[in-house]
Amino acid sequence: MASTFWPEMALPPPDRRGPAAAPVPFLILAGAGVAFFVLPLLGLLVRTPWGSARELLTSSEALTALRLSLIASLSATAIALLLGVPLAWIYARVAFPGRAICRALTVLPMVLPPVVGGVALLLAFGRGGLLGGWLADVFGIHLPFTTAGAILAETFVAMPFLVITVEAGLRSMDTRFEDAARTLGARRWTVLWRVTLPLVRPSLVAGAILCWARALGEFGATITFAGNFPGRTQTMPLAVYLALETSPESAIVLSLVLLVVSLAVLVGLRDRWLGAS
Amino acid sequence: MPSRVAVGLIAMLLGAGQSACAAPAASTVGGSITVFAASSLTHAFTRIGANFENAHPGAVVHVTFAGSSTLAAQIEQGAIGDVFASADQPTMQRLVNAGLVSGSPSIFARNRLQIVVAAGNPKHIGGLADLSRAGLVVLLCAPAVPCGRYAIQSLRAAGVTVTPASQEADVKAVVSKVALGEADAGIVYVTDVKASGAAVQGIDIPARFNVTADYPMALLKDSQDAVLAGTFISYVLADGQHILAGDGFAAP
Amino acid sequence: MSLQAQIRATVGSFDLDVDLTIAPGELVALLGPNGAGKTSVLRALAGLLPIDAGHIALDGLVLDEPAIAIRLPVEQRPIGMVFQDYLLFPHLSVLENVAFGLRSRGVGRAAATARALSWLDRVGLGPEANRKPGSLSGGQAQRVALVRALATDPALLLLDEPMAALDVSTRVELRRELRQHLESFRGVRLLVTHDPVEAMAMADRLIVLEQGRVLQTGSPAEVTQRPRSRYVADLVGVNLFRGTARHDVITITGGGSLTAVGVTDGDVFAVVHPRTVALYRARPDGTPRNVWKGRATDIDLQGDRVRVRLQGLPSIVAEVTPAAVRELGLDRGDQVWIGVKATEVIVYAA
Repeated sequence: MASTFWPEMALPPPDRRGPAAAPVPFLILAGAGVAFFVLPLLGLLVRTPWGSARELLTSSEALTALRLSLIASLSATAIALLLGVPLAWIYARVAFPGRAICRALTVLPMVLPPVVGGVALLLAFGRGGLLGGWLADVFGIHLPFTTAGAILAETFVAMPFLVITVEAGLRSMDTRFEDAARTLGARRWTVLWRVTLPLVRPSLVAGAILCWARALGEFGATITFAGNFPGRTQTMPLAVYLALETSPESAIVLSLVLLVVSLAVLVGLRDRWLGAS
Repeated sequence: MPSRVAVGLIAMLLGAGQSACAAPAASTVGGSITVFAASSLTHAFTRIGANFENAHPGAVVHVTFAGSSTLAAQIEQGAIGDVFASADQPTMQRLVNAGLVSGSPSIFARNRLQIVVAAGNPKHIGGLADLSRAGLVVLLCAPAVPCGRYAIQSLRAAGVTVTPASQEADVKAVVSKVALGEADAGIVYVTDVKASGAAVQGIDIPARFNVTADYPMALLKDSQDAVLAGTFISYVLADGQHILAGDGFAAP
Repeated sequence: MSLQAQIRATVGSFDLDVDLTIAPGELVALLGPNGAGKTSVLRALAGLLPIDAGHIALDGLVLDEPAIAIRLPVEQRPIGMVFQDYLLFPHLSVLENVAFGLRSRGVGRAAATARALSWLDRVGLGPEANRKPGSLSGGQAQRVALVRALATDPALLLLDEPMAALDVSTRVELRRELRQHLESFRGVRLLVTHDPVEAMAMADRLIVLEQGRVLQTGSPAEVTQRPRSRYVADLVGVNLFRGTARHDVITITGGGSLTAVGVTDGDVFAVVHPRTVALYRARPDGTPRNVWKGRATDIDLQGDRVRVRLQGLPSIVAEVTPAAVRELGLDRGDQVWIGVKATEVIVYAA
């Protein structure tokens, strides 16, 4: 009973139980998991040419790529939220014929090799593509080789993460809160804004973060669909890849920047937004 | 046939770093070597590798194709191989300077630049000067890649300024996107145009503006089988030449 | 303010066929075992459950009538509902919870806050206004749920097992409080419960529901004195028989007969209080007109009385003193003689 009407009091918050409470095999496996992630990152730190790091970092190419990456990934996340939350809501709440297929298609970009995704985008939105030709002729909108194209590519690969996470959150929430809101006179829109979405806020935040992180690191679809041009479509991952060919130190330093920016955001958000308060 | 080209584009872009195993499995005598070759050598070296294995029963040749600078970077970081066939001198020089090359490199082929356009040349491109036309979508290789460096040289020689829509990391990507119809023109190697078949055609760049890319090949210091590797290099310089010529390469 | 409802609906594997009228000023309790359909009735009245046929009207305002395609959506019905586990919005403060209905109906923030605060003061929870529901005690949460539903001045107040979530020890006092608050509410009130004590303590009228059908309705006194279902009889703790009466003899469905006094012929219910059932070792002579043999299948000590379940024609439950049991030397499985005076058989039309 307790978990239905006082959801926050259902279980003791994880922080209160120390490592001593964890089973030993779990600790060992988890430790291996942590090492698996930490070691490559440590490798990056160790090989960083700290001496030339500063000038490499503040070079205009690096800053341009970083700024473009941030703009593109945040834009992609915004679009994903705008389109993805309603989509997740429909998948979670509305049964319609073909729903299973639609959901599978939504998840597809997660399993597709990003380059294949990029080619698919070209075939749809490229000059000779299904929609691209029409967009260019009627609206004068060109997507390949543009920043908008880079944003589109990132949205394509990253949005599924948001949809899946938010859908799971909506499915697992107690819908009787929505009933209660309706008996109080709330119309559908009010129920959504004041009850449903706040109750799934942890999923919304987690989904947005996952989406943003994926968009930030996206390479294959971006380079295939939007190409590579400094200041316009050369995001950090592309800059790193190209730098690797001529100057590995640049590549390492740029990678470190990506790492630091991502860590800052993820650490800053923490549990506070992700669930237990 | 955009869909066929699309599949080709996927294959090529995914193939950066793909290893083409050119031999039957069995081999007890003869040994095996790994060859790192620039992606413009894909077709030629696959055939040369197969022919070499036929000519030397028991020998196995594994060829890995990628951009020259990517391969050089991998070798610098410790990739183990026997032979490196680069698309340009500076990249080979990098390895020489790092002490990773045994002996001195030999030039085994020459390549030249060509403008690639869609079959039928729908945008009526005649030469380098046309590439600066407004509204044209032109692709070049990234300056970090040999093809990109040469293209910049060539354009400078012709006095033409081109703002590319994109600087591709791989010359194959330029060809594929032109073939797909996403770009109007690009500057690639003669051999790339030849290899792409009917979807594209090449527009010649006059010799005075063109750049001759010398392709050097060298034995790598960490080679596990220097003898077989050396034999392979000699083979390329002799029996492999007609295959290279067939692909559009010029003689060294 | 009155409610008229005929609800015909299918809920899962279950058919609901309920006619329900609540007069102005009546506090009606819907009583029945779990699974009887009580919550479904509430949900149908609230609009959360669509009815297949029938008609729901509140003081003439038709809320639902499928035949003429009228169905007022939930949010447009003038209702307030207190849910079994209160369903207070965990992400909103107590004050925001109570103001929720007002804000949803277009009342401005300041006005809504003021009204919500005054409701909270009325139930003594003014100081808790800014707390989150998760930190409230059961009784406090119940009060918040109640004023949240009342704040919008609904015409119909629906309460789904309002005491069920509370500790037994706090229930008595909170029940009294709840009754007081409900007393001052001027609209139609319908309370659902499976606890007969609660029903009888709070309601003016009971409606007994079982398997989606209304079995009986009347004041708590009427219902308990004249039970018309095994369920109520068990609740009250009396023996209930159904049969046909002819010349003061009731032939019981299932076997056996009972003689009563002054009975009108026809289909009847007969009630025998366990206390009026006497047990004998040997066949008694004298006054009891109803005498038959039975076997004691269960002997239960309950406080200072003993309940003896007897199998016979008919089967019956007797309530005797422990002394009597000792005297009789009564053991499980023993055969005894059962005697019930004709005057102690309460009979009424079925």
